[in-house]
Amino acid sequence: MADAASNDGFVVFDRVQKSYDGETLVVKDLNLSVAKGEFLTMLGPSGSGKTTCLMMLAGFETATHGDIRLGGQPINNIPPHKRGIGMVFQNYALFPHMTIAENLSFPLEVRKIGKSDREAKIKRALDMVEMGDFGGRRPAQLSGGQQQRVALARALVFEPELVLMDEPLGALDKQLREKMQFEITHLAHELGITTVYVTHDQTEALTMSDNVAVFDDGRIQQLAPPDQLYERPENSFVAQFIGENNTLEGVVTEINGDKCIVKLDDGEIIDATPINVNKVGDRTIVSIRPERVEYNKERLQEGVHTLKAEVLEFIYMGDIFRTRLRVAGNDEFIIKTRNAPDVERLTPGQQIEIGWLPSDCRALDA
Amino acid sequence: MKLVKTLLASSALTVTASAVSAQDMANEMTLVSWGGAYQASQVKAYVEPYLEMHPEVSVTWDESSAEAVAKLRAMNEAGNVTWDLVDAVASDSMRLCDEGLAEELNHDEDLAAAPDGTSASEDFGDLLVSDCFVPQIVYSTTFGYRTDMVGDTPPSSVCDVFDLEKYPGKRALQKRPIDNMEWALYCDGVAKDEIYDVLGTDEGVARGLAKLDTIKDQVVWWTAGAETPQLLADGEVVMGSTFNGRLFSAIAEQNQPIGMLWDMQSFDLDGWVVPAGLPEDRKARVMDFLKFATDTQRLADQAAYISYGPARKSSAPLVGKHAELGIDMAPHMPTDPANSGNVHVYDYEWWADNRDDLNAKFEAWLAK
Amino acid sequence: MSDMTDTSGPVLAADGTPLKRSLAKALRRQKLRALMLIAPLLLFILVSFILPIGDMLYRSVENKIVVNTLPRSVEALSGWDADSGELPDEAVFAAMAADLQEAYEARAHTRVGSRLNYEYPGISSVFRKSGRSAGRFDLESGGPWKEVLIDLDDGWADPGVWRTIQTYSPPVTSGYFLNAVDMRVGSDGAEMRPEAERIYMNLLVRTLWMSLLITFSCIVLAYPVAWLLANLPTRQANLLMILVLLPFWTSLLVRTSAWKILLQQQGVINDILVWIGLVDDNARLIIINNQFGTIVAMTHILLPFMILPMYSVMQTIPPSYLRAAKSLGATDWTAFWRVYFPQTIPGIGAGSILVFILAIGYYITPALVGGTKGTFISNQIAFHISTSLNWGLASALGAILLAVVLVLYWAYDKIVGIDNVKLG
Repeated sequence: MADAASNDGFVVFDRVQKSYDGETLVVKDLNLSVAKGEFLTMLGPSGSGKTTCLMMLAGFETATHGDIRLGGQPINNIPPHKRGIGMVFQNYALFPHMTIAENLSFPLEVRKIGKSDREAKIKRALDMVEMGDFGGRRPAQLSGGQQQRVALARALVFEPELVLMDEPLGALDKQLREKMQFEITHLAHELGITTVYVTHDQTEALTMSDNVAVFDDGRIQQLAPPDQLYERPENSFVAQFIGENNTLEGVVTEINGDKCIVKLDDGEIIDATPINVNKVGDRTIVSIRPERVEYNKERLQEGVHTLKAEVLEFIYMGDIFRTRLRVAGNDEFIIKTRNAPDVERLTPGQQIEIGWLPSDCRALDA
Repeated sequence: MKLVKTLLASSALTVTASAVSAQDMANEMTLVSWGGAYQASQVKAYVEPYLEMHPEVSVTWDESSAEAVAKLRAMNEAGNVTWDLVDAVASDSMRLCDEGLAEELNHDEDLAAAPDGTSASEDFGDLLVSDCFVPQIVYSTTFGYRTDMVGDTPPSSVCDVFDLEKYPGKRALQKRPIDNMEWALYCDGVAKDEIYDVLGTDEGVARGLAKLDTIKDQVVWWTAGAETPQLLADGEVVMGSTFNGRLFSAIAEQNQPIGMLWDMQSFDLDGWVVPAGLPEDRKARVMDFLKFATDTQRLADQAAYISYGPARKSSAPLVGKHAELGIDMAPHMPTDPANSGNVHVYDYEWWADNRDDLNAKFEAWLAK
Repeated sequence: MSDMTDTSGPVLAADGTPLKRSLAKALRRQKLRALMLIAPLLLFILVSFILPIGDMLYRSVENKIVVNTLPRSVEALSGWDADSGELPDEAVFAAMAADLQEAYEARAHTRVGSRLNYEYPGISSVFRKSGRSAGRFDLESGGPWKEVLIDLDDGWADPGVWRTIQTYSPPVTSGYFLNAVDMRVGSDGAEMRPEAERIYMNLLVRTLWMSLLITFSCIVLAYPVAWLLANLPTRQANLLMILVLLPFWTSLLVRTSAWKILLQQQGVINDILVWIGLVDDNARLIIINNQFGTIVAMTHILLPFMILPMYSVMQTIPPSYLRAAKSLGATDWTAFWRVYFPQTIPGIGAGSILVFILAIGYYITPALVGGTKGTFISNQIAFHISTSLNWGLASALGAILLAVVLVLYWAYDKIVGIDNVKLG
């Protein structure tokens, strides 16, 4: 899966480029392969090219260069309505002048499916999203969550093999969003549909996807399953973008297989895992997750370098404690600690010593 | 705006009232006329000279003469007459007079006598068709034709209008029964003095419309006097009726290839009417102006700007040359003996009785 | 809720007054304040809109002039049998003589003459001629009035004149409305006018039909323009909007005259067609002074009124609907026709109502470019207002036009639904 642009994927982007103005590339040399049945999320900040990729796949934008293949067939010259791809839009795009049933009937009618077949399919699709009783209503009479379900049902009712979703949960409140994340993932796996999902919300990406492609600056920065992405970011952008992250800058002084020593800019020494540093003397940004930082001396590993830190702020958040420290001149160093009976609650001004497993600390590009 | 005007007028009034108590005259006048070249001739011939003599007076124009009766009636109903002097055609002036909407005048007292001492009523003579009316001009509705589209024999009779074989092409006629019905019957062989007797019967109306039917396909109907000269200039029609002054300016001022057909020209009068019930000060001003504007010299002067005949007999010898072109105006007057050999004088009384009825029939015929 | 009140009595407000009354009081104060806020507008609408319409409706049936001007004659005539074929008796003539004298002093004799002349041509001059002499009647010693009046004008010897006075003496008349639908009061009630005098029904049908055509051609022309306006980048859209609004900056007469220059037989369009060779010089097209000319010129003049509501509705339709339709398998046409077009109907509806109502009231343009077949009923209304001064008939025609518009509005509401009209 990780080897992008392999030809056996169900959806393949092969060296795709896109430019709107002929001067700058919005998508730069994109290679991506999505297997059948896979739930792939394109994640990235706005302007990173992810939505453009989705629109090219849907057929609303044409690739400036390169091939997009669906089931092995190049689709560059196939108009959107012949691609047979289901799509859920950001604002649902439910037709306001049609009832819910008519909205679902629309893709079936244009496919010239008979009336009785249509009715059966509409019922099945609406039941699937638990909206069976709402067929006669108009979109404006439904709540946001209900419209979301209908939009999903409409994208699925004509049984496409591929469904595209463009930030479909953006307009919902947090609770509903989490519920829908779960439902969409379930449905997609249950029906065995290939899904390409676009979002800028990393939590959503992590909780829903089989694979996440992190976009930035028109390129895929990393394509990996959620756990790998979180725990083993391959560059500092991904590390920053996915989850909370502490960074410290320095120079590599020693590389020894899968371990290295980094001398921080204020002279302190730490242990890290080299990811994309090549040689001694490279500048690096080391990345460490807040929950992997340890300050309980008893739990610190033997023989590992530790750093001095001063507590600046202690925030009680219920299930966790969130503490802001000053570490090696960085005032925004965060640590998260589970609220357990044996955990010491820190107080501002307190001087502590922190450390981590070298495998949790990744030396990335600077 | 209006309030300001009223305030100004009333303050001006108090000033003059304290200065000259004998003659309370308003210093604002609203004159109603037709706009265009005709109104311009009035401005040049007597409004500007009057204002020169009375610099304290200011004049507002309202180009509403075409709806004079309707508007005066509405103003009268609303109890707020804002007009001071109205230019109207003779038939409208009679209507206004009959309905008490216009002031009855004593012509000999209110108007200037001729320079030789002849009284005003004698100088105007028959043209004083109503007690409320001070005629200014005699005009006529007559035909003009394209000199380059009629071959070597230009039309000489009004009946040539009905002769499509001799003069093929479109004709412009006014969209109303008046004049057209008379010409149609005349050209259908009805003697001039019997026209209204014939027209008074259903058969006569049918006969007139049948005659008009023979050229109906070729008629362009006009509603504004400026249309015919334009249609002639564009070559849209080969001949057409309109007011003689309009044709004069197309020929003499714009050098269009147009000729005049004076045969059976339909005479009409146009003149001043004073709305009834004006406040004393406004009335005093208007009567002062009216006396000046309708004296022998002023009416003769007007003929230097437009080819309409002055309504006073005493003005005729004073008619001179066109103010800008320098051509002799007398031969262009509808009243000139060379032009008035065969004229048609339309019967105001008869039309007052029959206009509504005939108009309905005419409109129904047009729509057929 | 039930535990709030331990007794079965009414709920009380804090100060002890019943809650209902206290609420009503508060609401009344609110309503009063709201009413005060809109009072100037309400007054404006009343004065500039409701009152004129009321006045028009009143004038279309009002006929007090006869009974007010000729009170004695009307009373005396009530006993006269118009079908007898004989003239009324001396008493009626004497009453008329007295009425005439009074009417002449008030200068009302020609007005009543004009009024009756609408129904019976010739009465106008009977009254006008008799009026002046009537001013000098010696009512005490003069007479016999039958001879005196007939001597003044032999119209008084015509039973038709008396019948007309009798028929139109009630203070309320259906005469104007009958006239407006090409009917008249005959000897046995209402009857159609002779064929040669029927104008208004034809004109009304023509007005409605042509206004529909104008509305339709406005829809066809405005739709793509509005679509462009809603979909072009802002810069170009603004430029296009200026072009759309440009006609509003030129006078109506100038625009109409421009069409004359373009469309007449020696006009620009014919010249070009002849020059290209599409049309023979002797067979130049007649595209003005007929219905075509009216439709072209009015479509041009009314087009902005169609474009603007369409544009403001189209602007609110996000492009994602079309994309959604296409992603669901619809071709461009199906996506437009089933998804985009239905959403623009409120704009089309609003534009159509505007254009249609403006069109049936237009009279300047049809008068200038409509010839004989392209004029509207509003031209007749204008004629009766300003030239023939038959304001009663003009009011009746106006009232009928108003009724037709209301009926069409009702029909539109039934078919399309008035909720389905949006100006944006």
